[in-house]
Amino acid sequence: MDTTVTTGTEESVWGGGNQPLNASYGKMMMWFFIVSDALTFSGFLVSYGFSRFKFIETWPIADEVFTHVPFFHGNYPMIYVAFMTFVLIMSSVTMVLAVDAGHKMMQKKVILYMFLTIIGGAIFVGSQAWEWATFIKGDYGALETKGGRILQFVDAETGERAALADFSKALPEDRVKHEKSEGVWFMQDGYKTSFSLNEVVAGFKATPNILIRTETINEEGEKTLLSRQESLAKLKNATQVVEGANLIHNEYGSRLFADFFFFITGFHGFHVFSGVLINIIIFFNIILGTYERRGHYEMVEKVGLYWHFVDLVWVFVFTFFYLV
Amino acid sequence: MAHEHKLEIFRGLVKFKNNIQKIWGVLIFLTIVTAVEVGLGIVKPAFLTQNFFVGMKLLNWIFIILTLVKAYYIAWDFMHLRDERSSLRRAIVWTPIFLICYLVFILLFEADYIYTVFKEGFLAWNF
Repeated sequence: MDTTVTTGTEESVWGGGNQPLNASYGKMMMWFFIVSDALTFSGFLVSYGFSRFKFIETWPIADEVFTHVPFFHGNYPMIYVAFMTFVLIMSSVTMVLAVDAGHKMMQKKVILYMFLTIIGGAIFVGSQAWEWATFIKGDYGALETKGGRILQFVDAETGERAALADFSKALPEDRVKHEKSEGVWFMQDGYKTSFSLNEVVAGFKATPNILIRTETINEEGEKTLLSRQESLAKLKNATQVVEGANLIHNEYGSRLFADFFFFITGFHGFHVFSGVLINIIIFFNIILGTYERRGHYEMVEKVGLYWHFVDLVWVFVFTFFYLV
Repeated sequence: MAHEHKLEIFRGLVKFKNNIQKIWGVLIFLTIVTAVEVGLGIVKPAFLTQNFFVGMKLLNWIFIILTLVKAYYIAWDFMHLRDERSSLRRAIVWTPIFLICYLVFILLFEADYIYTVFKEGFLAWNF
C-alpha cells in the first residue's frame, strides 16, 4: 500500500483509514483465493459423489483397493494413508509454529520451522507418488466383460483374492502387443498383460476351486461371490485381461473410480507440490532477511494460510476416498 | 495481523497458557480424531454399518461429522480464524457452506434419480 499517493487523509474514516475486516490486502486476497479454490475442490468431490451415488451398488470398496504399505507385505488397509494424513497435519503444525515465531521476530526459529514444513510436504508428495504407482501397477488382475464390468477371482477354500498368476495356464501361443502400425491408426494395446484372455480362461476351467467375484455389493456390504456354475457362465462375457488401473480400464472395479482418483488426488498433489515450491521461495527470503528488514513476517502467515488450506482439502479427500 | 491469540478451545473447556501450547494441544486432538476414524474404518462395527440414518450408514455419518470437526479446528486454530474479526470469519465460512450444501443437494438427488432409472428401466447392464 506504499504505492498510493499520500494525501494525509489516509488515517481518517472516509480517507481509507477504516478497516472493517481488520485484515491486510494480501491476507484478504489469500482468503479470496482459498474460498474460490475450496469451491473448486468441492465441485470435484461432489461430482465424485454424483458418480458414486449413480453406481452405488457396484462402486469399489476403498479398503480393498488401498491395502499396501511400502516395505511391508500383506494386507494393511488405510494404514499408509493415515500416515500421510498425519504427515500433512504435522507439517501444518510446524507451519503454525513458524508463523508464531514470525510474530515474535525470531528469524532462526522461523527458518527451522519452515524447513521442517518443506520436508513434511516433500514426504507427502513422495507418498502420493508411491500410492499412484501402486494403484497403476495393480494387485491381482481381473477380466473385463463386454459391458465394461470387472470380474475378479477368489480362492474358494481360503476366501482370499486369487491373482491371475495363481491359476492361469501358460499356453503355447504367440502373443504380440498390437501396434498402431499394424492396423487401423487409432487402435493399439496400451500395455501387454502378463496373461492372455485364453490363458486365464483355460486356467480357470482347469482349477475348480477358483470362483468369480462381481462388482455388485450384497446386503452385507461385500462383493457378490458367484457359484462355480455361475462363474463359468459369466466367464463367457469376458473380453480382455486388465492389470492395474488407468483412465480407461480399472481392475478394481468402476473405471470412474480410477478417473476420479487420478483427477482429485492429482489436483490435490499438484497443490501440495506448488505449496512446497512457494514455501521454498519464502524459506530463502527468510534466510536472506527480507522480512527482518520489512519489519514483519506477514508473508509467512499468508503462505501458511495456503498450506493449511491444502491440509484442509486433504482431510476431506481422505474421508470421501478412503473412509466413506 | 492479529498478534493477540484467543487461547481457549472447546468453548473454554480447555485453556492454554500460550499460543505454542495451544498449537500442540490442537495437534493432539486432531491426531486422536484421525486415529478414531482409521480405527472405525478398520473395525467397522456391525451396529454402525447396518443402521441407517437418512439413507446413509451411521458409520459414514460419523466419518463426515469427524471430518467437519477436524476442518473446524484446522481453520480456527491453524488458519487463525478464531483471532479474526467475526465479519471476516462469517464471510469466509458461510459463503462456501451455503454453496456447497446447495451443490451436494442437487447433485446427489440427481444421481439417486439416475440410479433408479438404471435399476428400474428396461435396459439391463448385466453383460
